[in-house]
Amino acid sequence: MPDYQVSINGEPRTANDVDADTPLLWVLRDVLDMKGTKFGCGIAQCGACTVHLGGTPIRSCSFPISAVTQEVTTVEGLSDGGELSALQKTWVELDVPQCGYCQAGQLMSATALLKSNSNPTDADIDSAMQGNICRCNSYARIREAIHQAADMEKEEGNV
Amino acid sequence: MSDSTVNAHLHNWPKMNRRRFIKVSGIGGGLAIGGISGCGPTEPRPSDISMQSLDSDQLLELNAFVHVLPDGQVQVYAKNPEIGQGIKTSFPMIVAEEMDADFTRIKIVQSPINQAVFGAQFAGGSRSTPDNWDRLRQAGATARAMLISAAADRWGVDQSQCRTEAHQVINMQTGASLDYAELTFDAAKLPLPDAERLELKSRDEYRLLGTRVSGVDNPDIVQGKPLFGIDQQLPGMKYAAFAKAPRIGGRAVSANLDEILDMPGISQAFILGGSGGPTQLRSGVAIVGDNSWRVFKAKRALRIEWDNSNASTDDWQRIQADAESKANQSGTVLAETGDVDTALQNSSKTLKAWYSYKFVGHATLEPQNCTAWYHEGILEFWAPSQTPGSAIPLVADTLGLPAESIVVHQTRVGGGFGRRLMNDYVCEAGAIAKMVAAPIKLQWDREDDMRDDFFRAGGFNQLEAALSPEGKMQTFHNHHISFTNDGDRAVAGGGPFTAAAASLEFPVHTLANYRMSQTLLPLQIPCGYWRAPFSNTLAFVTQSFFHEVSDAAGRDHLEFLLELMGNGDWLVEGNPSALNPQRGTAVIRAVAEMAGWGREMEPGRALGLAFYFSHRGHFAEVVDVSVDEDKAVLINKVWVAGDIGLIVNKSGAEHQWIGSVLDGISSMAAQEIDIDEGAIRQTNFHQYPLLRIQQVPEVEVQFIESDFSPTGSGEPALPPIAPAVCNAIYTASGHRIRNLPMSVEGFSLKSQRSI
Repeated sequence: MPDYQVSINGEPRTANDVDADTPLLWVLRDVLDMKGTKFGCGIAQCGACTVHLGGTPIRSCSFPISAVTQEVTTVEGLSDGGELSALQKTWVELDVPQCGYCQAGQLMSATALLKSNSNPTDADIDSAMQGNICRCNSYARIREAIHQAADMEKEEGNV
Repeated sequence: MSDSTVNAHLHNWPKMNRRRFIKVSGIGGGLAIGGISGCGPTEPRPSDISMQSLDSDQLLELNAFVHVLPDGQVQVYAKNPEIGQGIKTSFPMIVAEEMDADFTRIKIVQSPINQAVFGAQFAGGSRSTPDNWDRLRQAGATARAMLISAAADRWGVDQSQCRTEAHQVINMQTGASLDYAELTFDAAKLPLPDAERLELKSRDEYRLLGTRVSGVDNPDIVQGKPLFGIDQQLPGMKYAAFAKAPRIGGRAVSANLDEILDMPGISQAFILGGSGGPTQLRSGVAIVGDNSWRVFKAKRALRIEWDNSNASTDDWQRIQADAESKANQSGTVLAETGDVDTALQNSSKTLKAWYSYKFVGHATLEPQNCTAWYHEGILEFWAPSQTPGSAIPLVADTLGLPAESIVVHQTRVGGGFGRRLMNDYVCEAGAIAKMVAAPIKLQWDREDDMRDDFFRAGGFNQLEAALSPEGKMQTFHNHHISFTNDGDRAVAGGGPFTAAAASLEFPVHTLANYRMSQTLLPLQIPCGYWRAPFSNTLAFVTQSFFHEVSDAAGRDHLEFLLELMGNGDWLVEGNPSALNPQRGTAVIRAVAEMAGWGREMEPGRALGLAFYFSHRGHFAEVVDVSVDEDKAVLINKVWVAGDIGLIVNKSGAEHQWIGSVLDGISSMAAQEIDIDEGAIRQTNFHQYPLLRIQQVPEVEVQFIESDFSPTGSGEPALPPIAPAVCNAIYTASGHRIRNLPMSVEGFSLKSQRSI
């Protein structure tokens, strides 16, 4: 079985002996022991497995390892040397998680949104986040945490 | 857990228990306050790996709730599972409050599973807080009393001259202070204070309780740390999938196991015959391999011959016809006062309506999974379970092992909602692990999870009411048609219900004639508890019907509900787990005030109101909806007023209340599990829609903090939402929704904004 070289959170990684059709999700979780990315549905319906591929959010449960050619960013790569990102900070400050299972995927979608849109409206947030289910329904706090993180980034002059 | 056990849990109010604490001293110089006397650890020795979740070997030797370490850090055991309801945060808040600890110097440790030492270990019935309120306060107060005693000795002053604040004892004579870190060694040598004489804080002294505290695991969650059951990883671990019958109850006879074993990475494939029915071990084919994807692929490549001779033939179409044919039969009377039949015959104005609701599933976002390792005669589990305590005897019974050989470790749980009260997936993991010379992680896919659920039972209610000439509802008959799996008792969550519960149901107290009767249809599909069991459907039918009655009487629904609540002369004093009319009236009035009840609304837009009491919580909710000609419903806003007594953590409680309301909207909108000749038709989220961010209305909550002790937040806000929405839809559109989900009547939920 083939080996695959991929770059994840800036580090080269090798996935040995995996099938070409193995979804990136299972390479991350089972082969590379990176458990932050979650399995929810397996058919790109719930967003729990969202990661970035070349900066674009994808559902890793439905993306084969053999098609991964660009940099992969996962939830483990969001904090910069231990410093939480603005979104991670507002997520904690606003106590966004309930069970917490969906939140890695929510954070990846939100991170991609703020990268492309530093001042999202509620409609922008709907559009970017509609693929991420929160079974506990923490949606109002997800929305507020995105708005506050956008404000924080502006205040810090990051955008 | 048997039905009767859960019912007992749901209905019995815990008595105030002045628990005697024990002290375990000499552990690293710290002070430990234990909960139960005379119990040493009875667990078998688990693997070294399992110890990683604990701080040291020494802690396993304790049975402590509170442990003050030499550096003054306070370690608190979280003894019950964290399923998102927030008790891993709120429990330590209670302890910290009573001992005046600095919450930033509290460390929470998930306790081992040992019910002999820790008492019942489960999360269900919104019981975690009320069951543990007293013991946690007493644990904190005990620690505080001993720290004060140690400080008083040090200073040579009377204890009455000492007070505590922010992790310090303060000498009120001199102003000197000592950090708890400086006192723990001495405190550990002192005798325990008399539990009867412990002084607990009064509510006006609270500094921490009632504030907003962010979940203690949140920093780990946002960084993707491995907290959940699905994240467990053991050296040499294999991955397992388990294929079960499309028709519930089918047994695996044979399969193309040789072909499966030829697939890459697959090391074992075998048939399990099953044992004890769906709550234990269903029959199926287990596949073991070197990653989840390979065992999933192998599962899909299976060709299994099923023996369906004992499989379910349940079918919703037939169930519906059967129920309708029995609507006017008398059923078994569960509770009766007055003379319902005569009153219905003699009344000039009567109403009759038929309600139904379909089966729904739990759909926890973390699919069921369990890691198990059978080694040296010990079967060890890492289980995301709501009932890890009762998993041990269940697995022992299922697999024929002594309970002493089973160890269960708690993990964070990616959603409960009642699904994980069942431990079927734990039994499966155990049965597979026994056949494998390595740890295994059993992973269900979403399709397994949706099919092999313990569903919230669908059901039917025939309702009748009679009005007095003045428009008062004096007579009410509720004929509930539900299901039985065993030919005797109602299925779990299929209600009621005991006769005692039926005799307490709102608004029996103020009616002259009341009857609740029940007919049970045979069913093989397994059912279970789903957030606010039976209240979640009963509230829909009764609170919708009461609105039909008030409308027929030409009455304002707010005034009508308050009249049904009555003046409370029927209140059974001293039973805080029963409906209290003062609390009920207060929440109804509060929510009406919040929503501006009675104001003019534009055509096609209206408010709807509903009240419900369940899980010791009084909740009233108002919904503002707009309905268009295409039956598309926009929920403009929801107001919630609730009384669960003191609020421990306002952030956590607000989460639970809003989450419950939205869960209720999510399920009433379009969720249904179709039963088709013993098989479940829905397979994944494309056929079972969960609420998404663009559909979420604003929800405003008001905590009505009465003087009662705190009760649970996880469930009681859910039941009133469906009837409040349906009542608003009726007023806005003239269409009465009597069948859920509302999609079966052609209604859909609109997004809040166009995107």
